[in-house]
Formats: sequence, C-alpha cells, structure tokens
Amino acid sequence: MDLLIPEVGTLVWMLLAAGIVFFILVKWGFPMITGMVDRRSDYIDKSLDAARKATERLEGIQGECDALLKETRAEKARILKEASDRRDEIIAEAESRAKEAGEKIISDAREQIRQEKEEAMRSLRRQVAELSVQVAEKVVLKQLDSDEEQLEMIDRMIEDVKTGK
Amino acid sequence: MKKLFAILVLVLAWALPSTAQDNASEEKESVDVKGIIFGHLKDSYEWHVLSTGSRDFIIDLPVILYSKVSGWHFFMSDKLEETGSYDGFRIASEGAHAGRLMEVLPDGSELKPLDLSLTKVALGIIINCTLLCIIIMCTARWYRGRGESDAAPRGFVGLMEYVIAMIVDDVIKPSVGKDYRRYAPLLLTLFFFILLSNIMGLIPIFPAGANVTGNIAVTLFLALITFFTVNVFGNREYWKEILWPDVPVFLKAPVPLLPFIEIIGIFTKPFALTVRLFANMTAGHAIILSLTCVIFITARMGPFIGTPMTVISVFFMVFMNCLELLVAYIQAYVFTMLSAVFIGLSRPEHEGKKEITNK
Repeated sequence: MDLLIPEVGTLVWMLLAAGIVFFILVKWGFPMITGMVDRRSDYIDKSLDAARKATERLEGIQGECDALLKETRAEKARILKEASDRRDEIIAEAESRAKEAGEKIISDAREQIRQEKEEAMRSLRRQVAELSVQVAEKVVLKQLDSDEEQLEMIDRMIEDVKTGK
Repeated sequence: MKKLFAILVLVLAWALPSTAQDNASEEKESVDVKGIIFGHLKDSYEWHVLSTGSRDFIIDLPVILYSKVSGWHFFMSDKLEETGSYDGFRIASEGAHAGRLMEVLPDGSELKPLDLSLTKVALGIIINCTLLCIIIMCTARWYRGRGESDAAPRGFVGLMEYVIAMIVDDVIKPSVGKDYRRYAPLLLTLFFFILLSNIMGLIPIFPAGANVTGNIAVTLFLALITFFTVNVFGNREYWKEILWPDVPVFLKAPVPLLPFIEIIGIFTKPFALTVRLFANMTAGHAIILSLTCVIFITARMGPFIGTPMTVISVFFMVFMNCLELLVAYIQAYVFTMLSAVFIGLSRPEHEGKKEITNK
C-alpha cells in the first residue's frame, strides 16, 4: 500500500512550491488583510464610541439649555415680582409721607391759630385792663363836681373808649 | 413526476443499445473497480485528463530520477506508456512501492531511486499554490491605498474578508490566545491551502482533479508546519510541562513515565493531523469513485438492473459530492482549529508569571 507511504519526491515539490507560496502569503498576503480588518474594526469601535459620546453631549447640552431656560424664566418672574413689590412699597411710602406732611401742616396751622388766639386774648385782656385803669383814672380826677357831671363824664369817657378803640 | 418518468425513459433508451454493445465484449473485460479507484487516488507519472472511446488525452509530465548507481535521469512520462519501463527503470506492480519507478539492477533486483518527478500530485500542488497565491494576493492588493475609514469591500474580496475574519475570530483567537495575531497569517494560509486543495480535488477535470490533500506526503508536510511552529515557538512553560510536569515525583523521578508519554504526545499530534486529513479526503474520493463504478458494473447485468441502479448511483453521487464539499470545508476548519489549539497549548501561562517576551 504505497498510498500510506509519504513519497520523498512529493515532499520535495511540496517544500518548494508550498514553501515559497506560504512564505509570500504569511509575509505579505494575510497580514495586509487581517491588519486592515483589525484596523477597520478598531475604527468602527472608535466611531461608535465617538458617536455615543456626541449623543451624550448633545443630550447634556439639551438638558443644560432646558435648565438655563427654566432658570431664566424663574429669574424673570422673580424680578417682575420684586419690581411690583418695590412699586407698591414706594407708593405706600409716598402716601404715608404725604399724609404725615399734611397732618404736620394742619397741626402747625392749628398751633399757630391757637397761639395767635392766645396772643389776641392776652392783648385784649391787657387793653381792657388799661382801659379800666384809664377809666378809673378819669373817674378819680373828675369826682367832686356833681353826680350828674360825674355820670356824664363816665358816659363820655366810655364813649371815648368805644370810639377810641 | 412526469419529468422524472421522462428522464427514466431517456435513460432506458440510452441504456438498451449500449448494454447490447457491452454484452458482446463482456467476456473480454470486466470492470476493475480496485484499479479504477486506486488509479484515481494514487499519484501517477502522467496526467490522464479524459478518454473518448478511441483516444486518451494525457498530459505528459517530466520524470526526474536520481540513482546511486546510474546518476540523474530525465525523460517524459510518455516513454513509460507502452511497457511501463524505460532506461533501466520499471514501474513496480507490487510491493511497498507499487506504482513507483524502480531501477532494475543487472542482477534483476530492484532499487528505489530518489524520485523527484513532477508527478500529477506535484503539478497539482504547483497549480493549487499558484491559484492560492493569485487569489490571496489579489485580495490583499485591494487594500493597498485604502484606509480603514474607506468602505468595506464587496464581491469576492468581501467574501474573502468575511471568511478570513470568521476564521480569525472563531478559530484562531480563542484557540491560540493572547498573541494570536502573530500566528494568524500562518494558520490562515494552512486553512486556505487545504480548503482550495480539497475543492480542487473534487473538480474532476484538469487543471483541477489532482488528489492533493488525499496524498499523505502533502498532509504530512502540512502537519510538519504545525509541528515546527508548536515546538520552535513553544515557551519555557511548555517544555517544563513536558519534561518535568506538575505531578507526584515518583511518576517522573527514577523512571520518566509522564515525560515519556508527553514526548510521544509531541509526535502523535502531527501524526493525527496527517492521517485525519488524508483519510477523510481519500475516503470521500473512494466513495464517489465507487458509486461511479456501480454504474459500469450494473450496466453489465442488463438494462433492468443497470438503469435503476444508474439513477440511484447518480443520485447518490450528487449527494456525496455535496457532502464532500462540506467535508472539504470541515477538514480545513478542523486542521486549522487543531493547529491553533496545539499552538495555544505550547504557550501556556501561569498566574503571576507573565512572559515578558510575549509583549
């Protein structure tokens, strides 16, 4: 059964032909293909990674945008509210001040009136007293003539005072 | 069903006159099944392409012999056609070297010369190697000037890339382990050479048809590639496990029992690879050839046996050829996978003992 005995000649031809071809393929053939396959799969992995990161970033930006918008709205509402509060406050203050000022003016006026009244009363009293003193003086000076004269003179004097005033 | 009947009638019509013709020459020759099968399985000095009744188309191949007695001899194989002998050499009909040229010494004894003839298998090897080289280099050339961001290949290059990526990812990567990239080109070369040779062996007409992977010298050479790769690049750990394995001392101390078994194991692995591929391909070819012979044997038994048997045998031949295509792929796959596993086993790593050279 020479089918089972390896023939030297076949081995030599195999060594020659397959040796050369195998060397070429191992050295230049397959490394090129496998290298490219590896590089492409790396590239795909990297691209997928980059795409995922970009998507994540985009989502982040969207979220940031939303948050910013929300914040801005809140800020706006707060500022508006503050402004309206401030306005109310100012109005209230102005009102109270005006009221105060009015009251003060009124009370001042009253005080002045009261003082002037007192002053008038005082001067009236003094004049009455002086007049009384003058009347008394004249009465004392003209006493002894007659009772009629006396009375006449008093009337005249009163008349004088009246008109003189 | 109608179609099948029509075919049957046709076959019958063809079978009747031919068997009538054969009946006349029946006594003269019977079918030499063994001769046909071994003639196809074995190597030969010429390449018999086909016969058309009266004429044989034969490609003559050079015969190169070196004899210790008479030196170098060159002649074409057509010189051997008539008698099987030429220039003091004769094709042995029996013995360990049956079918091979033997030198006839003056005293009548035979001597085996160094036979470097470009036989059918040798030419088949050259054809297959050339074809493989063209296919792979054309595929590789496609990648020149292209970057990784370019579109992936389509068509034939795409198919090749798919198969290569599959072999690398499914077979080489898990079997070899960490530095699989270093061994991937060699294992891929083995895979594609075996696959191509197997398929070429199934195609019956020249330039295919040489039984390359069904030749034990070829499979031996392929297994030797694995053998040398395993043992030359095996690391210290691998040799330690063979010569001083981690077993109780009495198994290895006075009588090196386990080292002995391990050393035998070094040689049985490539031997198994050799025989597996050879036997699978030989068996497949033998079955197909036998089924073909069934037609010629039963045709001599008359049209009523011959016709249905021909139909059955053709049906089985088609089935067997499909099966053989599958086997062609499986055997290439298995050879590559086992080679990868053996390479992986030759590079064991123990925890805490990282190899620096591997990085």
